[in-house]
Amino acid sequence: MKRLFAAAAMSALLAGGVAATETTLLNVSYDPTRELWRDINANFTRLYEKQTGIKVTIKQSHGGSSTQARAVIDGLDADVVTLASYLDDDAISKTGLMRADWIDRFPNRSLPYTSTVVFVVRKGNPKGITDWPDLVKPGVEVITPNPKTSGNGYLSFFAAWGSVIVRGGSRQDAIDFVTRLYKQVPVLDSGARGATTTFVQKRIGDVHLAWENEAHLEVREAKGDLEIVNPPISILAEPHVAVVDENVDRRKTREIAEAYLTYTYSDEAQEIFARHFYRPNNEAVLKKYLGTVFGDIQRFPITAIARDFPDAHKQFIGEGGVFDTIYKPKGQ
Amino acid sequence: MSADGPSVGHRATAPGSIRQAQQDPAWVRWGLISIAITVVVILVVIPVINIFVSALSEGFGVYCDNLFADSDTRDSIMLTLTVVPIALVANLIFGLAAAWAIARFEFPGRTLLTALIDLPFSVSPVVAGLMFVLIFGLQGYLGPFLRRDGYAVMPYLTSLPAVVVFIVTFFLLQPRREKERRGPWKHPKLALLAGSAFVFGLFCFGQQYFEVWPRNQSLKIIFATPGLVLATAFVTFPFVARELIPVMEAVGPDEELAAVSLGANGWQMFWTVTVPNIRWGLVYGIILCNARAVGEFGAVYVVSGHIAGQTDTMPLRIEKLFQEYNLPGSFAVASVLTLLAIFTLIAKIKLERKVPSADDHPAMRNAPEAGK
Repeated sequence: MKRLFAAAAMSALLAGGVAATETTLLNVSYDPTRELWRDINANFTRLYEKQTGIKVTIKQSHGGSSTQARAVIDGLDADVVTLASYLDDDAISKTGLMRADWIDRFPNRSLPYTSTVVFVVRKGNPKGITDWPDLVKPGVEVITPNPKTSGNGYLSFFAAWGSVIVRGGSRQDAIDFVTRLYKQVPVLDSGARGATTTFVQKRIGDVHLAWENEAHLEVREAKGDLEIVNPPISILAEPHVAVVDENVDRRKTREIAEAYLTYTYSDEAQEIFARHFYRPNNEAVLKKYLGTVFGDIQRFPITAIARDFPDAHKQFIGEGGVFDTIYKPKGQ
Repeated sequence: MSADGPSVGHRATAPGSIRQAQQDPAWVRWGLISIAITVVVILVVIPVINIFVSALSEGFGVYCDNLFADSDTRDSIMLTLTVVPIALVANLIFGLAAAWAIARFEFPGRTLLTALIDLPFSVSPVVAGLMFVLIFGLQGYLGPFLRRDGYAVMPYLTSLPAVVVFIVTFFLLQPRREKERRGPWKHPKLALLAGSAFVFGLFCFGQQYFEVWPRNQSLKIIFATPGLVLATAFVTFPFVARELIPVMEAVGPDEELAAVSLGANGWQMFWTVTVPNIRWGLVYGIILCNARAVGEFGAVYVVSGHIAGQTDTMPLRIEKLFQEYNLPGSFAVASVLTLLAIFTLIAKIKLERKVPSADDHPAMRNAPEAGK
């Protein structure tokens, strides 16, 4: 009988725990966004408590974008996902955890912010790199991660490809360009962080292709040893946000989760995005930072080079795609 | 083996070759020694010192802040301190049981069991993690059920320990002399079977009747603490058993047989004869197991889900801090793990002298074949 009481007390505790977690949200995101979401979460929880009296705790989970998507598919209890690429959201959606129309739930195709790929060069830009064709000049070493294994990697590939196609080059021109480009990559790291280490710590290479926000962090961290070069043209990176329907319905957190993502479109949140070097969706806020923080880059959407992200990935990166035909690992 | 055993003849050629090796010219000896020292300094000493230098690069105050001011880091330390002891206790029980079974009994599948115990050594930790994802993940075998109504398994799970408690109590209460065994002890097998079934049924039914567990709630295994415990326990489970099996085989069953023939029951024999004989092997196994469990990365990485302040253990935290360009922070946490490793090493060296080897145990000296 005593044991039963103990068990009952324990279950009451557990039930209490369950009740308390009702106001916890889990935001599953990709690697470099930790500081960003921490800022946004602090502001949102304050605001939401003021407006509704409900105290929300927002937990964050960060990792490689595809790994994170995989974890959500395998049962990580994400209320919202804020991943780096459409491909990852699409993978989650395909398992039925998110309804197929997820992309239309929030303004601007569920894109509260966007980004792009820029160049990071050594101090003073000794090789005079200003545009994509400069990357394949003799003697220039390019650092970029493997498109096969890294989100940054394939985005850089798409950017390089598009820089030729959007300017009117033919498919053959683009193939020639990326062939030469990847010949000038001395080390093809498997992930974005590895590439950064290669470039910054090991001091290998003359130019590093990086997401704009990561480029800013990298330059700030290097304390004057590096600088950013904005190419005139680059790709539009689209890190969508989405509510994971299955999870919010089961955990009864839909209302809060939707309020949370809606909040990311507010002026306050848009400012936070800009301060963390992500390009805000709001034109007015973006204009404020354009020219100072953000370079004037013509950003082409993925549709300029393929039907959509899955199509681009299949064409260029997937098994037997363009990358397979142009890239020979070193030493072969 | 000591030189006074039957192995002397077998080693007849050994002294000659030893002398030759020792008579190598001085430059060979010193060359080898300096190569060894250089390699150790470059690969071990310098990186270890570097960890502490980097951790303390911004002063001791910042170092402490890095460790204790960041709530996520603090939580990761707490999580490791929760996960590791649970995994350790589980492995201790398992290791004792397995070593006992393998060292004391002959049964079909004994070799297979010995091989299976070593499996976690040969399986990559990442694969171990994925294995748990395959079992407990939403796309895996048990995932959908656990998510729908996971707590439904709890009555069964909690009834199992109750049955174990019942069986142990049964043996403890069993009168020592055959003559005094009446009632249920006259037919121990039948009584055990019926009693176990009764206890199991009672607990299961009781918990279901009083609705002890919440209904239709998801029970989180992976991406939560239980998954971390499982993964850690899996990769570290050979340690205790591996340490105990040779010790128990070397000690042999003689003293235990003597104890039983003098009237000790199983429990007394275990505590007063077996445990003192194997205690250093046991402690040694626990230390190794602990060292590995604290530092476990691969398997835990796969099942963690990386929720900051919730499922990040210390090694995962180090990686995350590193990813965030917080080098002093990541080195601060790394220095704690390194300190732990150094303490483990010292404890291990101290203990190594105490672990009874086959040579110096009296039972072994008199009867070299015992336990084989």
